[in-house]
Amino acid sequence: MTHHPLRAVDVLLVAAGGATGAVLRHLVDAGAPDSLLPWPTLAINVVGAFALGLLPVLAVVRRSRRVAAALGPGLLGGFTTVSAWAGETRHLAAEGHVGVAGAYLALTLAAGLSAAALGQHLARRPEPEEALG
Amino acid sequence: MSTVLLVALGAAVGAPLRYVVARLDGYVPRGMLAVNTIGSGLFGLFAALSLGEAAWALLATGFCGAFTSFSTFAVQAVERPGRAGAGYVVATTVLAVGACALGWLVGAGLV
Repeated sequence: MTHHPLRAVDVLLVAAGGATGAVLRHLVDAGAPDSLLPWPTLAINVVGAFALGLLPVLAVVRRSRRVAAALGPGLLGGFTTVSAWAGETRHLAAEGHVGVAGAYLALTLAAGLSAAALGQHLARRPEPEEALG
Repeated sequence: MSTVLLVALGAAVGAPLRYVVARLDGYVPRGMLAVNTIGSGLFGLFAALSLGEAAWALLATGFCGAFTSFSTFAVQAVERPGRAGAGYVVATTVLAVGACALGWLVGAGLV
């Protein structure tokens, strides 16, 4: 993989996007009713994986490295999380809910990976004018 | 400081740190593997320490939450063909949950 040189403005945009995404995650989590299965994190990770796969559909994301950084590793990177997923899985198992822990782990992987693949698939469909060409 | 601001502050450090470390990613996404493992380990450690609401918002929800990223992992996994993608999924899952459990044991004084 090739890398652009690391630019301070990109790092700052990732920080701003990441802070926004994390606050959104916090608000979803705080607003959701309590449940044994951690639905908020599951929904956040599935929606975020779909959105990251779909992101190149936006012309501005394909054009601007800065917008791509702010929205991809920034907003969606900060919105979704592996640490809470692992933490909730560990907690469920430690509390004796081993079956729920396994189901949560598997459900996040199956739905999250499918969502990312679907987003990418939709983003890669040729635009109408390209299809004609 | 409000909980929301503390989450934003932790994430404003965690997300750019991930962005810099993820530049190590090649065909083997070793940067993201390290990020998701270390972030999950710290999350387990903080969980065992019974942090107050403010410290939890800053360190766990904010920093660890934004340092690690499920969306980046998922897209990287589906971009890699067959066995490489499956290996990355298994490695991330085992390392993240394993590190989280280890972090919790360290925090609880059991290791």
